[in-house]
Amino acid sequence: MGKKKSIDATAQSVARNRRNFLKVSGLALAGTGLLLASCDNDDDGMKQLGGVFDLGSGDTGVLNYAFALEQLEAAFYTNVLDGSYWAGANAEEKAILEDLYNHEVNHRDWFKAAIDAIVTNSSQRLPANLEFDFSSVDFSSRISVLQTAQALEDTGVGAYNGAGIYIKTPAYLTLAGKIVSVEARHAAAIRSLINGDSDFKAFAGDDIVTEDTGLDVAYTPAKVFENAGPFIKTPFTYSDPMGS
Amino acid sequence: MNIIKFLDEFTTEKLQAPMSSRREMFGQLGNISKKAAMLAVPFGLATAGNKAQAQEVGDVPAIFNLALTLEYLEAEFYMKALESGVLSSNAKARAIYEQISQHEDAHVAFLKQALGSAAIDKPTFDFTAGGNFDPFMEDTSTSVDTAYTQLLILAQAFEDTGVRAYKGQAANLIGQGNLLTAALQIHSVEARHASEIRRLRGLEGWITRNITGIPDLGVQAANEGVALVYEGEQNTTQGGIDVTTLGSGNPFSLDASTQAYDEPMNGETASTIASLFIVS
Repeated sequence: MGKKKSIDATAQSVARNRRNFLKVSGLALAGTGLLLASCDNDDDGMKQLGGVFDLGSGDTGVLNYAFALEQLEAAFYTNVLDGSYWAGANAEEKAILEDLYNHEVNHRDWFKAAIDAIVTNSSQRLPANLEFDFSSVDFSSRISVLQTAQALEDTGVGAYNGAGIYIKTPAYLTLAGKIVSVEARHAAAIRSLINGDSDFKAFAGDDIVTEDTGLDVAYTPAKVFENAGPFIKTPFTYSDPMGS
Repeated sequence: MNIIKFLDEFTTEKLQAPMSSRREMFGQLGNISKKAAMLAVPFGLATAGNKAQAQEVGDVPAIFNLALTLEYLEAEFYMKALESGVLSSNAKARAIYEQISQHEDAHVAFLKQALGSAAIDKPTFDFTAGGNFDPFMEDTSTSVDTAYTQLLILAQAFEDTGVRAYKGQAANLIGQGNLLTAALQIHSVEARHASEIRRLRGLEGWITRNITGIPDLGVQAANEGVALVYEGEQNTTQGGIDVTTLGSGNPFSLDASTQAYDEPMNGETASTIASLFIVS
């Protein structure tokens, strides 16, 4: 990770978050309690800020990181299925969003079980009850729901793609691969629902797949938290993904 | 290297055997081309000296040549589809094929650059698979509707295969830094394509059990090839955990539990599928 950088998302990047996220979704944001710390590996050795949970390094870090994102997605789609837009949506959109809910809840609960099995020190397991703030989403509005879904799915794709290099165990990389391609399938479907006949190329548009390389997004944790942080109330840090 | 010879070699156990050190890796690279290994350095092999590389690595040129084979196949398929006129009266399908075509061309260019002189030459493809299909309406007796149906079926099979093939090789790229990330970035683009093509066919964007969503093609070899594309997708055990037992309700139904995870495909199966369309 970067040198001697300690980012407090609450203090420093909310304004930027707001701007970036507004660009994606057109939605207003709530404040965020998320902290993202990046510490110098061989200097102060700081792993946590104020006793806040740190996701850890290597396999443990990635498992916790993905678990946080899957908790976020599952919570979002739970709210979607409780909302009035979904209740009155057309059959296609209703079915797609219900599938996405099913998949994300399954992913979330798989990470819970996997982390319990793999991470032997229980104090290193991300809590399963992260709190979220969806006050910026209007669950009665089709466009608010779909644009938030797109932002979360695209962010998920970028998060998994960017975190592949932190994974040390081959089987876990394959498992991450099994999940990320489903997130990409989701993202394409949601993008095509949003754009309809106005942009048939949006499923893998030039805004998300680089035109001249044909490569999808791969995000650093800092970028992921910039996108997703505004929804996350429970603070945690990811200080050293690669591990010293 | 001759493509058929390459694909044969790909199916040998050699590729699956991990190599334990940087020295050994470059020793094995010599099987393909030492010079190529040096050319590949700017794209990530240069990181082979740092600490993350202490772990085992796979045969990168072979892995990337398999990927290149699939990308050559896809790139030529979409180019010919767009040239064929079959999509000329369908603005939506044409736009989708244009976007995918652009990405597959870019993937070919990226992989060729990464492989340098180790890159295999483009094979000669036969998308009729020995005269069984006519997706480009080359025979005047083929209707646009028939050709269009075949174009979509082939695209779906190629994209879903691509997703599985990249996934199957990802773990062999552990420790390869940017090369691994790039492979993952291509992998998820193939998944976006697969989702859209499937939805264009009226299917869901995700795969339920090992359901192909493709009708009987009337040719045994073709039906077997299609079955191979989806075989194993019905798996419900992820990392030793049966995901259908994690909870109750719809998220843990067999259908949702198989949709939620895409399954990898080994190099041998991917080669077998690609070979159905390769003449030489």
